[in-house]
Amino acid sequence: MYGRKVKLRFFFIVLILTILALSIYLVLKSLEENVVYFQSPSEIKNIAEFKETKIRIGGMVKKDSVSINMNEINFIITDFKNEINVIYSGAVPNLFEEGKGVVAEGFLKDRNFFMASKILAKHDENYMPPEVKAALEEK
Amino acid sequence: MPSLIGFYSLALGSSLSFLIIFFSIKNFRNSKIFDSRIIFFSFLQLLLVSISFLGLIISFINSDFSNETVFNHSHTTKPLFYKISGTWGNHEGSLLLWLLVLTLFIFLFIIKSQRQPTQYRILTLLFQQVIIVGFFVFLLKSSSPFNYIFPIPQEGLGLNPILQDPALAIHPPILYLGYVGSSIIFSSALSATCLNYISKEWASHIKQWVLISWIFLTLGILLGSIWAYYELGWGGFWFWDPVENVSLMPWLALTTLVHCILALEKRSILTSWVVVLSISTFTLSMCGTFLVRSGILNSVHTFANDPERGLFILIFLFSLIFLSLFVFFFFHKENRKIDSSIFLISKETSIIINNWFMMYFLSVILIGTVYPIFLEVISSEKISVGPPFYNKLIAPFLIPFMFVMALGPKLKWIKSDIKNKIYLFIFFLISLLLSILIIKNLEINFLLNTLLVSLAFYLFFLTLRDFFVMKYKNLSQTIAHFGFSLFILSILFNNIFTTEIITNLKVGETYTSQKFNIKFENLNQKQGQNFKSIVGKFTIVNSKGKIETLEPELRIYNQPNITTSEADIRTNLLSDRFITMNTVQNKDYFNIRYQIKPFMIWIWLSILLIATGGFLSLFKKKYEN
Repeated sequence: MYGRKVKLRFFFIVLILTILALSIYLVLKSLEENVVYFQSPSEIKNIAEFKETKIRIGGMVKKDSVSINMNEINFIITDFKNEINVIYSGAVPNLFEEGKGVVAEGFLKDRNFFMASKILAKHDENYMPPEVKAALEEK
Repeated sequence: MPSLIGFYSLALGSSLSFLIIFFSIKNFRNSKIFDSRIIFFSFLQLLLVSISFLGLIISFINSDFSNETVFNHSHTTKPLFYKISGTWGNHEGSLLLWLLVLTLFIFLFIIKSQRQPTQYRILTLLFQQVIIVGFFVFLLKSSSPFNYIFPIPQEGLGLNPILQDPALAIHPPILYLGYVGSSIIFSSALSATCLNYISKEWASHIKQWVLISWIFLTLGILLGSIWAYYELGWGGFWFWDPVENVSLMPWLALTTLVHCILALEKRSILTSWVVVLSISTFTLSMCGTFLVRSGILNSVHTFANDPERGLFILIFLFSLIFLSLFVFFFFHKENRKIDSSIFLISKETSIIINNWFMMYFLSVILIGTVYPIFLEVISSEKISVGPPFYNKLIAPFLIPFMFVMALGPKLKWIKSDIKNKIYLFIFFLISLLLSILIIKNLEINFLLNTLLVSLAFYLFFLTLRDFFVMKYKNLSQTIAHFGFSLFILSILFNNIFTTEIITNLKVGETYTSQKFNIKFENLNQKQGQNFKSIVGKFTIVNSKGKIETLEPELRIYNQPNITTSEADIRTNLLSDRFITMNTVQNKDYFNIRYQIKPFMIWIWLSILLIATGGFLSLFKKKYEN
């Protein structure tokens, strides 16, 4: 028979491997669930099916599209090919302005309406979200 | 002129590195006594880099726009304080600050390590010089802060207004002291490995350096966090943003190191682990610098999107990692003579268990930060990983983590037992009951929150008891652990009991809800030194009839022309009332965000307590005797 020490060591190694496998599984699983994908208005037009997951939409705030009342702010995000209406009732960052880049996070209602739960802050007037930059360059 | 002097002293300073390396190698081979010329040259190098840094500061104060860095980041109307802090509020200047701290720390190390073996001191200096040379090359080649522009512009481009803030003015230097402090640990661990000097003596000598960088890193992160809280206007203090994560990762590694070095000092165990941690702390600091500076992560920290700079840091980083792996695998020997057996119930076991948890937290953050970058490179799919990911993966594991943290200090080194400790059990019951009472009527996940709160209370009560029972014995540890329990408690209650209202109001309108009314009274104009501001006046009446007036501000800076919103925050011991306002496309409506954040001040105070614990530990021998 194997000695007590060998058994203990074997047990220890199995324990560590199990813990490792479990934590990797956990991390990957929650990555899958909690990741937010980024899309441009054009990509949304071409979506085949709608999923109930949170996404980000980036583009420019269309000129003369912002309207506001006590409860919500409505505006249009455009990538100069397609556009999408955004309904938002939250805080807006300082640099939210017509004709400037914007990234909104939230859920799609249908191909034309987006319920935003967050508008991302930017820190600097020259800064453009990389997603927006890429979306504009594609144009 | 000052920037000319700055440039030449920087160039001169870099050439000194070769002298230092030359004399060090000579001394390493021949002599048993530390060559005083090396000390002299190290001091001279420190002096030259300081002069260079001072030259840059003076150029900033004088608004010398012939200097490109000054032109890009300063403006004549900027207040003096922010002219000075603008020196390190940009890529070039902040690298010069890195270099200054690098040379300062190695000089201090040489002075302070006189009781250590000569060879070890020299080798540490050599490893540190490798890093210093790397930074010199980087500064002089691709990010010189002293570039000249002609014709000389009349006016500078100004500093990003959200950086014009007292907390953020001192945030970089403090954080750098922590980051760069870890370079000493790195060099010293490598040299001790080469010389087979990883021992109790080494541990008790390097412990001070570990503590110092840990304290500064803690305070640096705290400052950044406080700034984000009141300046970014979201009312949170941690967003799990990649740039925040890259400062948290070295902190976690360093915190683990603080504990392991104790185990090494007391029992000569965990030698390889301590070396690995020392290496990873500095590597993670460098990784942070790389991710932030290369423009891969876009944020307020990204000063320049210059691929060349990113590439340089990347190559430098990989050479350092390669160097350290080489040293570790070829020179590291486990000392087999020492009794390294570990018993299940002992202080070292608890340290090791929580080490595992810390490494788990670290890998979660690492994956969450790096995964989106890799995915974009591989599949060009763009994703972001947000707070839910981290909360879900970290919060549940804080429960066993805090349990071990509460019991660990009660155990003895080598072998211990849990007899006669009924109070441990009673305290646990009390904490559990208390948290059930608090949580049961709330609409949140009962099991997770109750366990989290009760374990935090458990740690809280046990450490509180230690203040009275243990008096000065282990005071530093008690304070730090007490601070941590307070930190977790305040975060939990802050999260659970936060109220937030977001609405759009015109002047004169009132927002009404069951809990309170917010009345937008009026708007006033004010003039600052380099900005105009609009101040809104809001009267908030809560359901108990208590009236409070808050005055958030919108600042329109002249150069660069940027609007920032300044939150108005009223703080007391129980809660913060936080309000920001924002214009939307110059319409009549203002976007208002009002929050009541309970125990906000305790989050800051608890982090200060944690840092105080580290600070006291530096003087442990003095006050215990």
